[in-house]
Amino acid sequence: MTRLEVLKTYKIYIGGQFPRTESGRYYTLTGKDSTPLANVCLSSRKDFRNAVVAARAAFAGWSSRPGFNRGQILYRIAEMLEGRKEQFVAELILQGAAPKAALEEVMTATDRLVYYAGWCDKYQALFSSVNPVASSHFNFSVPEATGVVAIIAPESNSLLGLVTALAPVIAGGNTCVALASTSMPLCAVTFAEVVHASDVPAGVVNILTGTSKELHSHFASHMDVNALICYGTDKTEITRMKELASLNVKRIFVHTKEDQGPYHILQAQEIKTTWHPIEQIGPGKAGY
Amino acid sequence: MKKKNTSVKPLNFTSGWEYAPAPESADHIHLEKQYELFIDGKFVKPGKGKYFDTINPATEKKIASVAEADEQDVAKAVSAARKAYDKVWGRMPAPERAKYIFRIARMIQERSREFAVIETMDGGKPIRESRDIDIPLAANHFFYYAGWADKLNYAFPNQQPAPLGVAGQIIPWNFPLLMAAWKIAPALATGNTVVLKPAETTPLTALKLAELIRDSGLPDGVVNIVTGAGRTGAAIVGHPGIDKIAFTGSTDVGKLIQKSIAGTDKKLTLELGGKAAHIIFEDAPINQAVEGIVNGIFFNQGHVCCAGSRLFVQESVADMVIQKLKDRMETLIVGDPMDKNTDIGAINSKEQLQTILKYIEIGKNEGGEIYQSSCALPGKGYFCKPTLFLNSSQSHRIVQEEIFGPVLTIQTFRTIEEVIEKANNIPYGLSAGVWTDKGSKIFNLTSRLRAGVIWANTYNKFDPASPFGGYKESGFGREGGLHGLMPYLKF
Repeated sequence: MTRLEVLKTYKIYIGGQFPRTESGRYYTLTGKDSTPLANVCLSSRKDFRNAVVAARAAFAGWSSRPGFNRGQILYRIAEMLEGRKEQFVAELILQGAAPKAALEEVMTATDRLVYYAGWCDKYQALFSSVNPVASSHFNFSVPEATGVVAIIAPESNSLLGLVTALAPVIAGGNTCVALASTSMPLCAVTFAEVVHASDVPAGVVNILTGTSKELHSHFASHMDVNALICYGTDKTEITRMKELASLNVKRIFVHTKEDQGPYHILQAQEIKTTWHPIEQIGPGKAGY
Repeated sequence: MKKKNTSVKPLNFTSGWEYAPAPESADHIHLEKQYELFIDGKFVKPGKGKYFDTINPATEKKIASVAEADEQDVAKAVSAARKAYDKVWGRMPAPERAKYIFRIARMIQERSREFAVIETMDGGKPIRESRDIDIPLAANHFFYYAGWADKLNYAFPNQQPAPLGVAGQIIPWNFPLLMAAWKIAPALATGNTVVLKPAETTPLTALKLAELIRDSGLPDGVVNIVTGAGRTGAAIVGHPGIDKIAFTGSTDVGKLIQKSIAGTDKKLTLELGGKAAHIIFEDAPINQAVEGIVNGIFFNQGHVCCAGSRLFVQESVADMVIQKLKDRMETLIVGDPMDKNTDIGAINSKEQLQTILKYIEIGKNEGGEIYQSSCALPGKGYFCKPTLFLNSSQSHRIVQEEIFGPVLTIQTFRTIEEVIEKANNIPYGLSAGVWTDKGSKIFNLTSRLRAGVIWANTYNKFDPASPFGGYKESGFGREGGLHGLMPYLKF
């Protein structure tokens, strides 16, 4: 007798838990010859709002962790991803990727997490400054996390795009709600399991599946989201999002390239400048 | 919490000594009766031939007629800026670009007194402020950014920074020349050309700057200055030939601009409103803190986006701080902005005075306890007494909304957690102030206050080397310092 395969239920990831969408809705993902692969959650506006609540609650803790600690946690995500390489490759192949390309994508995603793990305690030095003001003050500027960041991951791939969008955001101390690729959502959900097993505090990363068509306007209009990072390509949706972002002066960034670099961290940072008087001690004298 | 000994002996100001008038002379300044648009290196008449008056808010007298630019005029300015960018400025070797900007800085310094007098006449701010703060800082801003022009590759290593093209810049009426400098200097240093619109109530120093720029030999079209009101600004924002918008002004207008350019690739910097928390702890140097509070809210009549308009005083010292503050307010001289002894000048416009008075009425109706200094106000001109609202609460409109006038709301607090919660619980995030003698407390607060500029044991300090800009609905992008280059570059 052949053993019956145990199929996986793909759910969403909110506040460190894996609920189904509150809406109860789903869409069926099909493979090459139209065989159903999974019933995927069709997340609703309410799911998004719940995720933002979780992300906001997690922000104070995550943003105040030392960069060194965030770096270790991002490295831990890479470790977990490496260990589950085969599962991701298998899912990518199921979603239509060639085996070689699938392996390449998982390896690149893992390396990208390691890359940003290293940045967690270094971008601050790169983007800070001590400012030589002309008055008797000590004055310096440092980057600080922007807050809750909504992400619309690239549609064109399943894992690498999500990691590209999400890693610099959390490396910089932000918390996020990401919408996975609609047509290739499997790796995003499995990646949530990886995040879940990597000491990432609940609510720092929230991952939804569904459609940008339904959710983009809610991502852009939510008053407690500070920034929106979008890898979408639909011109109408992008314009609509930019319009709605003005409701709370949301920072919005639209990307066409899936590359890496410290300026991707900087986009979800605010620069804070602090002034303090220096006691007047008179002109300097030769001390020795 | 144990109350400190807060009995303060009230100060007696009835000494019989009075300040003699000390007016700054306006004899040496040169003003035209009518100002035109500065486009492509020349002053040109507006296409429709329309003009508006700019008046002195301290006397309500007209100073000059100023051209009103419409869409066609703006289009001319944009095409001049584009031509200058393509043909001259974008290709000029960076060290040469730098020297032009240095030269502008020097010329402002040479003519600083004239600029100060005109700034005060047109805007109503005390001559002491325009002379000692606005004009020197404007010159310094050009001098600072001039030096960056040929060093951008060191500021952004491996990024090949390149200019954006034509920048459309819209500035407010509270620091007319200084805001023009904040906008123009970094744009030029990074190789962009400019179309700038000053505010309709304070266009004169920008137009004097246009004269100076013409005289400096800066190539035609690199800087264009078009005057007008909201419609002129909208024409700049909407023009397809503009690559970048930089706006300083109200959050409402900032949102409209962000929305209106949604379908374009224009880059945007917004420096918007604020409602800064100004926090006084019981261990603060109280007398200095009181000076800081006064400077925080009454500097420039409170027409400051980063004004310390929400005062939070720790309960144990509240009575003392408030008494000292009231005493200090009694000594403030409100009146003729041209008088060198004046602390608080004229409100910038009739409209703004009405807005402030409306908020004072709202504050009274909300149940706040009002206190105003007993000073007499001049019979002519737009003036407002320095005003406090005691017993304010977080839900009051005068606590939540930007008034942009000499009106301070006061709340008390007991714990650090409480005051941080209250300070951050607002859509704005431009600036904040903290007074305490304890270094570790300062750093705890400065890192937890969600605002772009934090003044610790000081307030309302500005410098070209110091990045300025907000969190949240106070806008995005920075002006000043190395960070102020970024909004004008692509990598």
